[in-house]
Amino acid sequence: MAYWSNRNDMSLGRKLRDINWGLVLLITVIASLGFTALYSAAGGDIDPWADRQMARFVIGIVIMVVIAVTDIRVWMRLSYVVYALGVILLIAVELVGRVGMGAQRWLDLGVLHIQPSEIMKIALVLTLARYFHGLSYEDIGRIRWLVIPLAVVVVPVGLVIKQPDLGTAMLLLASSGAVFFFTGVRAWKFLLVIAGGGGALPIAWNFLHDYQKRRVFTFMNPEEDPLGSGYHILQSKIALGSGGFSGKGFMQGTQSHLSFLPEKQTDFIFTMFAEEHGLIGALVLIALYILLIAYGYAIALRSRSQYGRLLAGGLTTMLFLYVFINIAMVSGLVPVVGVPLPLFSYGGTAMMTLLVGIGLLVNVYVHRDVEIPRHMSGL
Amino acid sequence: MAINRRDNDLQRVFTRRALLLGTAQLGMFGALVGRLYYLQVMESDKYTLLAEENRINMRLLPPRRGRVLDRFGVELASNRRNYRVMIVAEQTRNVDATLEALSKLIQVDDTQRARVKREIERRRKFVPVVVAENLSWDDFAKVNLHSPDLPGVQLDVGETRDYPYVQTFSHVVGYVGAVAENELGDDPLLELPGFRIGKSGVEKVYDEQLRGRAGHSQIEVNAYGRAIRELERHNGQQGDDVVLTIDADLQRFTQERFGEDSGAAVVIDIHTGEILSLVSNPGYDPNWFNVGITGPQWRQLNNDKYKPLLNKAIQGQYPPGSTFKMLVGIAALESGNMTPDTRVFCPGHMDFGNNTFHCWKKGGHGTMNYVSALEESCDVYFYEAARRTGVDKIAEVAKKLGLGDFTGIDLTGERRGIIPTRAWKQGALGQPWHPGENLVIGIGQGYVTTTPLQLAVMAARLANGGYAVPPRIVRKDDAFGPATDLRPASRRWPSLNFKREQIDLALEGMTRVTTPPRGTAQRARITQAEYAMAGKTGTSQVRRISKAEREAKVKVKPQDKPWEERDHALFVAFAPVSAPRYACAVIVEHGMSGSATAAPIARDILLECQKLDPSRKPRTAPGPTTASGQAPTRNGG
Repeated sequence: MAYWSNRNDMSLGRKLRDINWGLVLLITVIASLGFTALYSAAGGDIDPWADRQMARFVIGIVIMVVIAVTDIRVWMRLSYVVYALGVILLIAVELVGRVGMGAQRWLDLGVLHIQPSEIMKIALVLTLARYFHGLSYEDIGRIRWLVIPLAVVVVPVGLVIKQPDLGTAMLLLASSGAVFFFTGVRAWKFLLVIAGGGGALPIAWNFLHDYQKRRVFTFMNPEEDPLGSGYHILQSKIALGSGGFSGKGFMQGTQSHLSFLPEKQTDFIFTMFAEEHGLIGALVLIALYILLIAYGYAIALRSRSQYGRLLAGGLTTMLFLYVFINIAMVSGLVPVVGVPLPLFSYGGTAMMTLLVGIGLLVNVYVHRDVEIPRHMSGL
Repeated sequence: MAINRRDNDLQRVFTRRALLLGTAQLGMFGALVGRLYYLQVMESDKYTLLAEENRINMRLLPPRRGRVLDRFGVELASNRRNYRVMIVAEQTRNVDATLEALSKLIQVDDTQRARVKREIERRRKFVPVVVAENLSWDDFAKVNLHSPDLPGVQLDVGETRDYPYVQTFSHVVGYVGAVAENELGDDPLLELPGFRIGKSGVEKVYDEQLRGRAGHSQIEVNAYGRAIRELERHNGQQGDDVVLTIDADLQRFTQERFGEDSGAAVVIDIHTGEILSLVSNPGYDPNWFNVGITGPQWRQLNNDKYKPLLNKAIQGQYPPGSTFKMLVGIAALESGNMTPDTRVFCPGHMDFGNNTFHCWKKGGHGTMNYVSALEESCDVYFYEAARRTGVDKIAEVAKKLGLGDFTGIDLTGERRGIIPTRAWKQGALGQPWHPGENLVIGIGQGYVTTTPLQLAVMAARLANGGYAVPPRIVRKDDAFGPATDLRPASRRWPSLNFKREQIDLALEGMTRVTTPPRGTAQRARITQAEYAMAGKTGTSQVRRISKAEREAKVKVKPQDKPWEERDHALFVAFAPVSAPRYACAVIVEHGMSGSATAAPIARDILLECQKLDPSRKPRTAPGPTTASGQAPTRNGG
């Protein structure tokens, strides 16, 4: 009992020592592989991608450490605030946002371009974790306690769909669903929602934008129109397939270097990596991600607070979804939805979101034995 | 402790469900690995192929087309450097400014500019667009000199077909042109933009030999089609040269001898069958077809009443007129209905049935035999000979001498002419043969038509003593200069089974034609004995003279008739008389008189031919100097 009490307020040095440096090493390895891929994508140059990505990673690591050592209760207290801010920004982006790639996603604050949906990815998990932290096992069984969290999920998801950004909406929905699942919401309720959602699909189809419908069509049959919208998937499959078992060699990927592969530094970077390093390289990378996710679950399982468990579990699921959707997309298993490969794809916003998320994950680890009273969940 | 217990419930549920979800996620990763295994191992070959197809662009390297040479190696069709100026849009900031600067050096008119800008817009920015081609070396050098001030301008030296003699060989050599849809075949070369294939003449008949085999280069390209580097290169095999039997000097002489007249001439070696000259006048400029003929040029060629596109030597079908008489006589002798001594009296006409058939000489020739009838070209004698012999026997002899069927010359578009028979008339016109028609055939009129080449072959087969020499225009012996095979016709070709005496009579008649005092072509004789020529005049009616016209007694002078209605002038000949070597047929369309118009041309051609005689005077090739010999070296600009 005394030992745990000590954990409630640790010194900074103790916290730094307690940071899961193995995890930090793991993400550094993954990100470094990403740097080599970006170096190759630029035709053997650290400019313009690898250098900037490295800078972002270094800044991100610092932020991650700061987040990790800040008392978990501070984050818990801030959870609703961040959520509220996220919702306000989503509404703002709806009103004055910048249109890019046919969707309204960016908020231009002069010096800073903010993508509120990215904030919401973290904020939603934070909020749900804090809310469910206040519920007992019995409460979870009662539907009335589920109304508020459902509303908490539906509002931002609705706003994101309206942008329209189907990929992020799915991501939010799936990671929220995971948090609900971890809390112990009865399985039949999930089945009910899934069945209901399935029934609503034909209706939802009508609300999809043409470009989204087209993506689904091309996903179903990419060879139909190889120079049109099916081009991305087809070229990606050609790149993967031609990479073969052992790959074409570093910087030797013809599909990517001769520009047949689109978006090779962002969404399709896995394809380039697997073209150059073959199935072996792809398996190594996937193994690293599996290790990262396993780390996440281990942290979640070791946390003594429900908040920590749900936060770690939710963030880990989010990480999994990123990796899975991206690789499934580039290998033609799911439609192209524009989800980057975590820590690998070029892009500042995604890198920050991920390192903030991993920072919170490490935070849960550092504060694994901190006791958080249930009433702290309330407002 | 109650709180702790409930907390434990939550933890237990979390642990269970986290493990459940974690396992599910691991399973999903398993699916990804399975997918990657499928793509990267099982389907790898297929995708490797697709990636290579993406990346590698095969470019065909067109082979250099073989040349067409005359018998001494003079280039009749060759390849000329094609100096081109091109513009690459991405290398200049301002296409208009560059074109403007260029127009100060070479001619770039508004239509050219419009075309260039249109093409630039259609194509990718790194694709060179041709601004001007077939530039002179001076213009090309000028642009090259100024190229530092011409951003985006690229100079290029390609190859294009060149016919240095312009129209002299147009009907022999033919021309090349762009490949038409229905000419596309197995050879991928044919799909190459700008590729040319033979469209007529030797260029067409020997196209495959001249064409050569394509080389190819494998080029790595990126997704936008830009060439990154060359991976592999196989040079093709250039086309073989084709050596003709034609003597370029004689051909040029023959063509020039026709002057403004429309007509054709063929000179053939009676032993070898080699054609030394084959001219159809006027010719046309084959270069027009190579670069792409324009509308006005096409209309000009088509509307010309002299029909320059028609190869009259093998496509023109004319009644042979009196040039037909030798064989009518031979047919009569062979049939046994006449002997060399059979005499026919010519009062100037012959009555047959209800018709009167006139001799060209109003007062008549008096008593004629075969030789004197040839000498004076007596019509009545041959009316009688034909009447006694019948058309079918005449046709038999005519066909043996090469008339009425393809000679098999290796040129395009040969026509066969008509040698009528009873069966032919029944089949073609559905009418029986009238005996009176025999008479008309006897003087080479009526249904009979022949080509000048056929007449030359006929003369050759008579002059060589009756051997079936076939005409040809491409040398088979792979040599230049005089023929390497000097065997006479009798040891080369099958005999036509004429009686030597009968042939000799025909030749004697032909010799007397060019002999004073009575020979019809005596004025066109060759006076040097060693070159002396024998021949036969022919003046063939284009239009039948009606009874009414004849009875009206209004004799319209030939010169007063419209050109189209004047008689054709023909002459067939061989030389030298002492030891025949060359045969010649000349036709001057609507030339009015065989003796006055065609015979002098034949005389000059045969005289020139003998003077140039390759068997006596081997020469070195003079010919025009070709561009390739002295052209400046390639300059990349």
